[in-house]
Amino acid sequence: MSTSATTPASITGSFTREAFEAHLQRVAHLPAWWLERKRAAYERFASLPMPVRTDEYWRFSNLSRVTLDGFASAAPVGFKDLTHESLGVKGAGHVVLANGRLVDSEPLSADLIARGVVFGTIQDALAKHGDLVREHLLAQPSRLGSEKFAALHEAFLDDGAFIYVPKGVEMELPVGIFHYAAGAGTAVFPHTLVIADDNAKVTVADFFRSDAGAHFACGGNDLYAGHGSQVEYIAMQDWSRDTLSFQFNATVARRDARVLSMNLHSGGRQSRHESFSQLQAPGAHSEMLALTVAHGDQEFDQRTLQIHQAPNTSSNLLYKNALLETSKTIFSGLIIVDPDAQKTDAYQSNRNLILSDDAEANSLPGLEIQANDVRCTHGATSARIPAEQEFYLRSRGINPALAKELIVFGFFEEVIGKIANTELHDQLAAIIRRKFKE
Amino acid sequence: MNPLSDNDTTIADEAAANPVAGIDQEVGNFQYDVKYDFDAGSGLSEDTVNFISQVKKEPEWIREFRLKALKVFESKPLPTHWATKDLENIDFNKIRYYLSQGQRSKRSWDDVPDDIKKTFERLGIPEQERKFLAGVEAQFDSEAAYSNIKEAVSKQGVIFMSSTEALMEHPEIFRKWFGKVIPTGDNKFSALNSAVFSGGSFIYIPPGVKVSHPLQAYFRINAENFGQFERTLIIADEGAEVTYMEGCTAPKFSTATLHSAVVELVAMKGAKIQYITVQNWSANVFNLVTKRGLAHEDATIKWIDCNIGSRLTMKYPGVVLKGERARGEVLSIALANDGQHQDTGAKMIHAANNTTSNIIAKSISVGQGRSTYRGLVHIPKHLKGCKSNTECDALLINTNSRTDTYPAITVKGDRNSIQHEASVSKISEDMIFYMQQRGLSEAEAMSLAVNGFVNDLVREFPMEYSVELKRLIDLEMEGSVG
Repeated sequence: MSTSATTPASITGSFTREAFEAHLQRVAHLPAWWLERKRAAYERFASLPMPVRTDEYWRFSNLSRVTLDGFASAAPVGFKDLTHESLGVKGAGHVVLANGRLVDSEPLSADLIARGVVFGTIQDALAKHGDLVREHLLAQPSRLGSEKFAALHEAFLDDGAFIYVPKGVEMELPVGIFHYAAGAGTAVFPHTLVIADDNAKVTVADFFRSDAGAHFACGGNDLYAGHGSQVEYIAMQDWSRDTLSFQFNATVARRDARVLSMNLHSGGRQSRHESFSQLQAPGAHSEMLALTVAHGDQEFDQRTLQIHQAPNTSSNLLYKNALLETSKTIFSGLIIVDPDAQKTDAYQSNRNLILSDDAEANSLPGLEIQANDVRCTHGATSARIPAEQEFYLRSRGINPALAKELIVFGFFEEVIGKIANTELHDQLAAIIRRKFKE
Repeated sequence: MNPLSDNDTTIADEAAANPVAGIDQEVGNFQYDVKYDFDAGSGLSEDTVNFISQVKKEPEWIREFRLKALKVFESKPLPTHWATKDLENIDFNKIRYYLSQGQRSKRSWDDVPDDIKKTFERLGIPEQERKFLAGVEAQFDSEAAYSNIKEAVSKQGVIFMSSTEALMEHPEIFRKWFGKVIPTGDNKFSALNSAVFSGGSFIYIPPGVKVSHPLQAYFRINAENFGQFERTLIIADEGAEVTYMEGCTAPKFSTATLHSAVVELVAMKGAKIQYITVQNWSANVFNLVTKRGLAHEDATIKWIDCNIGSRLTMKYPGVVLKGERARGEVLSIALANDGQHQDTGAKMIHAANNTTSNIIAKSISVGQGRSTYRGLVHIPKHLKGCKSNTECDALLINTNSRTDTYPAITVKGDRNSIQHEASVSKISEDMIFYMQQRGLSEAEAMSLAVNGFVNDLVREFPMEYSVELKRLIDLEMEGSVG
């Protein structure tokens, strides 16, 4: 391995070779193949340049706020130091990770364990289910511009959550996963790995929270849906308002699998979310949903890719943004239909509700279609609250702030309504409501 | 494939064997002996630019403008970080940048391949025009057909001349806007055009004048019309109205592989400009064009753009909506056949309150053809009442046809509204089946369906154009089914 002197600080920032070696020391007990992959990932991270303005994948992004400097490696925190809020719904179990370490957990019922469901940490799974982890953990390429940050995530990934549901097992209740970042300038690398074997069913609620500090959160999730399986993944990103956040999703849907991923973006100062869905076999379906409430000077940068690799697959993307104050959103989506993926049905829609004269919404909905027997449409709209709706509410004596909130809820309901679990539905609504109280 | 009902079965047979027959297959075979008296040679350097300027007897400021542009061109990289890598196949050193008037090739009608003659016949192009289009006549003698229009137009005070001529004779009108709507440094190819431009039309319409007939490039007797590096500037003064047509539906043959035009439109308060292009270059041509209009208060600029030919076309007509209530429109049709890439789109920059824009783009990909829509709609801060609408529809004919859509939309503030919609589809089997039951051949049914797809746009074209356009689509569709 080369010496640290060869790596200029600007390209690695706080994530120096020394920091990486220190991290490796801490996870030295993990399997050799994983450590080898982490080393390779660090080399990629250290050699790739920072994104530049002319990079198409970073079009419209405010790069001045994307930095690797000034962050500290995460120190251990105790569960009692967190202001933890539970899942709030009846769940099958939960894990709480703070600064990349397990601090609390509620195991699954004996019945589920007996049926072969595994729920715990990635470190545990590396030890006990190494082959499964190896096959699915960060196994998909980064294709949406954040190769450097994805490599950083892999290099510094400490611990995360792991759930495996074996063939034919259907879990009725959701599992809760909580990722916390605590302490000034803490860098965290949360990860959630969901593997649903053939005909399995699982619902995962993934929470991202922190104290008020300025954090660096660089997380990822892998959702693998085997033949005929059903995966529902709901993420609620509520980092502090000073956090720089990256989140990378990779979804793989096999024959007749149905995946629904729903991301609520609320926190962070600058948050980038990359979502990559691959529909690999006939009958696969991916539902990609997102809700963003942007206020203050928040910037939410969402990049998506739906690849239809087999015939008779479908996908539906609906990203809704509500913009207040001086906030900014970017939606850049691409549907790719491979040459043999006939009978594809793909939809992509970005709706922006602009509630302030200083907010800015950017939309880049793209299509690359190489098969002719397909139904592909996309749409993007940006508009204000319709004057008639506002007038109607005002004429009923509702004050402007509440009217705004009601209209935003009405705007979001189309997305929230797709969550089958009504209790989780209410949880989402509560986070959005809180944002309006700020 | 079922035989066509058309009398000319030879063409049908040819077409069956080859989907692009009758259009552009023999293009590369145009060989003729030519002596260029004023030949800038191939390759591009300061000498080339100086040479062009000297031949055209241009004043010093134009020469400097050209030289400066050359530097910009050289300093800019190819835009391959977003555009197709096919651009790298352009060998700038092998291109002839200037052939002066009178030194053009002479070929006889007998040299023109039969299939091209047949194409002209099927499109119903008058004899006189055919010779011009085939390059048999260096210039099209328009006097007979159009002299009364020309006369009428000049009586109204309309200025209509070539670029260099206009810059020298009417600098007070043209210099003010020349290179202002599209600055030299806008992109690599606008810089190239600024360095070596020749030909094209400079038009000025005085206040309140409504030009009743569409102006066409080949009204004017000037062999440089269809040059490689056309430069067009149209200024419609307050309340004036004009329609300009560029190109024609008949295939245009060219041995030059790079065409890079710059077209600037300026619509003063309340003026209306409609600019119609039908591009049908032969399939070896890179057609890299920059077109933009500047619309002042209450002005309307409408681009009607139809791309059928060329190997690669990159063209995104734009409108800068500078004055309140200005309106910009782009209506475009692209047809990409085997080996072709139509990379077209539109740009709308809203820069004043209550401005509106409308983009309707339809593309058809046949065989392995690829059509791309790239769009940009920008509504910056603190504007109100702006509206923008974009619709892109793509039709894929064969299983291996390809289409891409890459729009970019930015809206700031809560007092504007924008929508964008795109769809991709194929021709439904039911529709084809139904028409076949009614006695149409599969090819006829296909043509009818494709014509139906573009019909609402074609209607916007002047009548003569839409008739020719429909025939042309029929021709291109032949052999794409069965």
